[in-house]
Order: sequence, then C-alpha cells, then structure tokens
Amino acid sequence: MKTKLGLYFKLFISTFVLSAFTFGGGYVIVPLMRKKFVDKYGWIEEEEMLDLVAISQSCPGAIAVNASVLVGYRVAGVFGSFLCVLGTALPPLIILSVISFFYDAFRSNVYVGYALRGMQAGVAAVIADVVYGMAKNIVKNKKVIQILVMIAAFVAAYFFDISVMLILVICAALGLVFGRGKTKQ
Amino acid sequence: MIYLQLFYNFCKIGLFSIGGGYAVLPLMQQVIVDKMGWITMEQFSDVITISQMTPGPIALNAASFVGIQVAGAMGTVQGILGAAIATAGCIFPSFVIVLFVAYMYYKYRSLSVIDGLLYGIRPAVVSLIASAGVGIVIMALFTDSVISFKSLDYVAVALFAVSLALFRIFKKKLNPIYVILASGLAGIVVYSLI
Repeated sequence: MKTKLGLYFKLFISTFVLSAFTFGGGYVIVPLMRKKFVDKYGWIEEEEMLDLVAISQSCPGAIAVNASVLVGYRVAGVFGSFLCVLGTALPPLIILSVISFFYDAFRSNVYVGYALRGMQAGVAAVIADVVYGMAKNIVKNKKVIQILVMIAAFVAAYFFDISVMLILVICAALGLVFGRGKTKQ
Repeated sequence: MIYLQLFYNFCKIGLFSIGGGYAVLPLMQQVIVDKMGWITMEQFSDVITISQMTPGPIALNAASFVGIQVAGAMGTVQGILGAAIATAGCIFPSFVIVLFVAYMYYKYRSLSVIDGLLYGIRPAVVSLIASAGVGIVIMALFTDSVISFKSLDYVAVALFAVSLALFRIFKKKLNPIYVILASGLAGIVVYSLI
C-alpha cells in the first residue's frame, strides 16, 4: 500500500514539475517525459515510448495532456492517468489565473502594450516558420493526395470560412480511404 | 448557464484539435472569438503571446484565461471555477479517447486505423494552422487589423521579418522564447521613441 501511494505521488509530482517548467508545449515536453520515465525511472521501454508518442500526437487534444494520460495508464492504470493529467493541467491553470487576474491593469499600461505589440510580431514569425516547415514536409513526401488535401483545406478554411470540424472529419475520411498503412512513423 | 457553455465549448475544442500546439488555434478562434464572442481578436492574440511565455499547452492556457474572463465578472472565485471547468472540458475528450486507444494498443499493438486517419488529417492541420496564422500575422502587422498601406506598422513588419529570418537561419536550434522576448524589448524601445 505504501509503495503504491509512493508511486502515485511520484507520478503526480513528475508531471506537475514537467508541466510547470517546460516552455514550448508538446514537442518539448515529450522528449523530457521520455528522459524521465524511460531513462530515469525505467517505467517504460524505449520502443514502447515511441508508440506512446505517436498515439499522443494522433489523438485529439494537447500532446502533453495525451502523453500524460498514456504514461499514467501504463504505470498505474486509470487512476494513474487521472493523477498525471491533474499534474499536467494544474500549472497552466494556476499561472494563467494569476496573469488573468492582473490582465486588465497590465494591458492598459502603455509599455506593456508596446511589449505585447513587439512580441506579437515575434509570435507571428514563429507561426509562419512552423507552417512553412510543416508544409515543406508534406510537399517533400510527394503524395499527391496529401498535397491536394492541404491546398483544398486552406481554401475551405480561409476563403470559405468552412467549419474546422467539418474539414477535419472530411480529411480524416479521405485518409481512411486512401492512406491506410501508407504512413511511416 | 455559463459553466455549462464553457465546458461544452472547450470539449469541442479539445475533441477537434488534433496534432498539438498550434493546431488548436483555428478552432479556438472560430469558437471563442467568432461564435461565442467571449474574447476579442486582440485578447486572443494576447493569449497566444502569453502562452508562448508561460509553460503548458496553448489550449490549457487559453481555457484558463477565457474561463476567468467569462465567468470572473461576478468575482474571482467564480473566475477560478470558470477556468477549472474550461480546462476540464478541454481535457475531457482527450482523456476518454486516449485511454480507449491505450487500451486497444496494449491489447492489439497495432495502430493502422490511426495511421489512415492521420494520412488525411496531417496536411489539413497544416492548412488550418496557416489559415489561423494569416489572421495573426495581419493582426501583428497592421494596426486595428485593417489591411491598407496607411495602417501598416513598419516596426512590426521589421520585427516580423528579422524574427522569421533568424528562425530560417538557425532552424531548430533557436528557442522561440528568446526571439519573442527580444521582439518585446525592441517593441518597448522603438514604440517609445517614435
């Protein structure tokens, strides 16, 4: 009983700390989780972790949250999942609650406004860079269907304002028809 | 009932944001800015900027922020409750779906259906991020989001161009946080001077 409680505690603390100190979302947190749970604690096999990462990237939701569900489930079942998700979700909840509380006072400050304006240009550049990199990967694969899907989805979303959910459902269906077993992880 | 609306709408966002990170932007904009009108495009853009500066997934940061802004007008306790409920809504679909997939994975050790789904979804996600990205770029480069020569913000254009060039030159080695922070500092200095 004592060891089980210890395990639960360790799971919660690990994910809480990872979430509280990892900037940059899923693509950063997943390698860190691997370091902790595969290398340090030895709870998960190297190969298995690769599959878990693939699952977290392909299921809906934030990658960090999905990876926590998986790691928790693997180590301590459904309750383990719950604890890991709690650990991952609490830090942003606390931090943003504090920021949000001061937001109005904060936002009306002239210099904060200048800083946010400058940072927005930086964020816009990050997004432009991410999109460029992702689009290049799709084009490089030279799968005609994927390239067509990419163009069609952009036109549908940007010019025709078609619902994001509808676009995703249609593209997923197209993928099931044309792409089963064709992707390399 | 505002809490129910928060839970329901963030469930929707959680359910349909596939691919992580920026993939959540287009749907979030559609639901919380365009449809529900819970926050303005400017606040939305602030949330994204703040999310880059703080730990944790963008979706959860946004859920907390919106939850507080929407439910908090009545007082802070309600605001925190709103944030918690929006966060729970955002996580709920992943929790159920990922547990189910994990169960299937450990039973059959095969991911071929997911492979198929992803084959179609991956390119679409790129476009959806691009489509939300265009809005954010316009927001950043033009004052009041009006596209015209007169409202073009030359400082922002310069910061955007320099940041983008840095990312392309240094590729993945450059941590975006430093570039964003530097743009913020440059913003304070330059906008104060002109």
